[in-house]
Amino acid sequence: MERVSWFKRLKEGITTSTREKKEAPDGVWVKCPSCKKAYRNKEFLENLKICPYCDHHSRLNSEEYFDIIYDESEYKILFADLRSIDFLGFTDSKSYQVRLDEAYEKTGLSDAMAVAEGTVDGHPLVVACMDFEFIGGSMGSVVGEKIARAVDRALEQRSALLIISKSGGARMMESSISLMQLAKTSAKLTQLAREGVPYFSLMTDPTTGGVTASYAMLGDINMAEPGALIGFAGPRVIKETIKKDLPKGFQRSEFLLESGFLDFIVDRRLLRQRLMELLVLFKS
Amino acid sequence: MTYLEFEKPVAELQEQLDKLRLIGEQGKVDVTASVAEMEEKIGELRKNIYENLNAWQRVQLSRHPDRPYTLYYIENLCENFVELHGDRAVGDDKAIVGGFGLMDGQTYLFLGQQKGVNTKMRQYRRFGMANPEGYRKALRLMKLAEKFNKPIVTFIDTPGAFPGIEAEERGQAEAIARNLFEMTLLKVPVICIVLGEGASGGAIGIGLGDRIFMLENTWYSVISPEGCASILWRSADFKEQAAEALQLTAKNNFELGIIDGIIKEPLGGAHVNPKSMVTNLKRAIKKNIKELSAMDPEERIQARIDKYSAMGRFTEVSK
Ligand SMILES: [Zn+2]
Repeated sequence: MERVSWFKRLKEGITTSTREKKEAPDGVWVKCPSCKKAYRNKEFLENLKICPYCDHHSRLNSEEYFDIIYDESEYKILFADLRSIDFLGFTDSKSYQVRLDEAYEKTGLSDAMAVAEGTVDGHPLVVACMDFEFIGGSMGSVVGEKIARAVDRALEQRSALLIISKSGGARMMESSISLMQLAKTSAKLTQLAREGVPYFSLMTDPTTGGVTASYAMLGDINMAEPGALIGFAGPRVIKETIKKDLPKGFQRSEFLLESGFLDFIVDRRLLRQRLMELLVLFKS
Repeated sequence: MTYLEFEKPVAELQEQLDKLRLIGEQGKVDVTASVAEMEEKIGELRKNIYENLNAWQRVQLSRHPDRPYTLYYIENLCENFVELHGDRAVGDDKAIVGGFGLMDGQTYLFLGQQKGVNTKMRQYRRFGMANPEGYRKALRLMKLAEKFNKPIVTFIDTPGAFPGIEAEERGQAEAIARNLFEMTLLKVPVICIVLGEGASGGAIGIGLGDRIFMLENTWYSVISPEGCASILWRSADFKEQAAEALQLTAKNNFELGIIDGIIKEPLGGAHVNPKSMVTNLKRAIKKNIKELSAMDPEERIQARIDKYSAMGRFTEVSK
C-alpha cells in the first residue's frame, strides 16, 4: 500500500516537527468536523487524515504531502533559506515582522510554501506545496520566489512540476508587491509551457483569491481534493455583494468540476497513484 | 464642480471670488486689485493642498465623480475608434470596453475597465467590476491585435473583479490567470496605465505588460483601503490608516519598482482639465510604444518575464 511509508514514519517517530508534537496522541478520540462521528486518532492518521466515515479531507501540511507523494517518503527540501521581510513597515494591530515571528514560532515553518524534489515511481518531480498555518497560506514575495525557483529547477532537471495550493490569497502586508506575485508566477509558468515541461496543479481546501487567479488555475492538469473550497472571491464577500444566499455546494471542488474548471477530483489516498499515471502519460 | 472634503477651503475662497467679480461687474467699485489678490491666494492654496495630498486623499481623487473614464480618453486620443464587443462564448461584458483606434495615424488596441457616468450607467457598467467574459473579451482583442501586429494599451480603473455567483461559475479566477499567462507571451508591445482605481486581481487581469504607468492621483494595490481595514482593523472606518499602510499611491508604487513612471495630472486632478490630461497621456503612450517597437518580439517577451521575475522583496538566511 502506497501510504504505508508515511504512516511508518509517523509511527516510528521519524517525523517529529513542532506541529506533530502538538497533535493528539494515537489513542485519543477525535470528532469529524463534517459528519461529527468519532474515531481514534490512530485510525485517522492511517487514513491520511481522511474521515473513515464520510471521506472528509482534513488539512495536511507540506511535509505530510511530501511524505505521501515521494518514493520511500524521501525527498530533498529546496530553497529553505528564503525569508519574508517587512519592507513596508506594515503595521495594523501589530507589525508584519511580529506576525512573521509569531508564525515561525507557532508553525516551525519558514513561510507559506515549501519546495521539494524527489522521485515518484522513479520519475523526477518537483513539488511546491503551500502551508495554510503560516499566515493563512498567504502569498507574498517568498511564495512567489519559491515558485519561480521551482520552475527553474523543473526546467534544469526536465522534471514535471506539481504545485499544491492552499491559500486565503495574496499577503496584504506586502501590498502591491504581493499582487505582483500573480504576474510573476504566471509569467514563470509560461517558461515551462514553452519547453513542454508538464505542470500539475492540485487545489486543496481552501484555494482562494490571488493564488486561484494565478498558478492554481494554470495547470496543464487542474485537480482538486474532494470538497475543497476553491474560488476567486470568498463566499462572505459574494454574499455581502449580492445580498443573497449562496447555492449549496457553491465553490466546492464538485461545483468546479461541473463548471468545467477541473480535470478531475482526486482522493488523497489515490494521489500518489494518480501522479504516477500522469508522469507516465506525459513522459517525453 | 464637485468639491471633496479637503477641497472645501478652495471652494470657500472661490465663492468669495465669484461674489467679488459680481460686484466688479456692477461697476460701482474697482475690484481689479482685490480679484488679483484673491486669485493668487486661491492659486497658492490649491498648490499647497494638491502637492501635499495624503494617501487617502489621493484615493478620493481617483474616485472623484467628475473624473474622466476609459472611454473618454480613448475617444479623445483617437481620430477614429471602433469598439468591438463580446467574448465569443458567453456574452459582452459592459465593465470592460475595447477596440481598435487610430491615434496620429497609427492603429492601437485600446481596452480597459469602464465605469458609468451616471447612476443608471454605473449599474450598466457594474461599477467597473468585470465578469470573466470581460477578461476573456480583453484577451480575444489582444490576440487580435497580436495577429495584426498592433500595439496594445490597457487602461485600468476598477474597484475589483466582480464577486458574484455567475462570475465564480464561469471562472473569474481562471479568466484572470489565463490573461496573466497569455499577456506574458504577447508578441506586440503592451503598456498598461492606471487611470483611477487599481484594485487587486481585477486590475492586474489586464495589467501585465512591458511598461506600467499610473496617473498621479490614482492607487494600485492588492486590496482596497476599505477592504484591508475591514480585515486587519476589523472595521472599514480605518480606511485612512489602511491607505497609508498599503503604500498604494503612484509615488509609492514607483518607489517599490512596480511601475515605470507617473503621468502628471493637471493641478487638482484629471477632471480639472481633461483635455490637458489627454495630451499628457498621448505623449506618454507614443514615446513608450515607439521605444518598445524598436525591440525584437522575442527580446520583449524575455524582458517582460525578467521584469516580473525580479518583483519580490525577501532575504536569504544561511543555515
Ligand atoms: Zn466524517
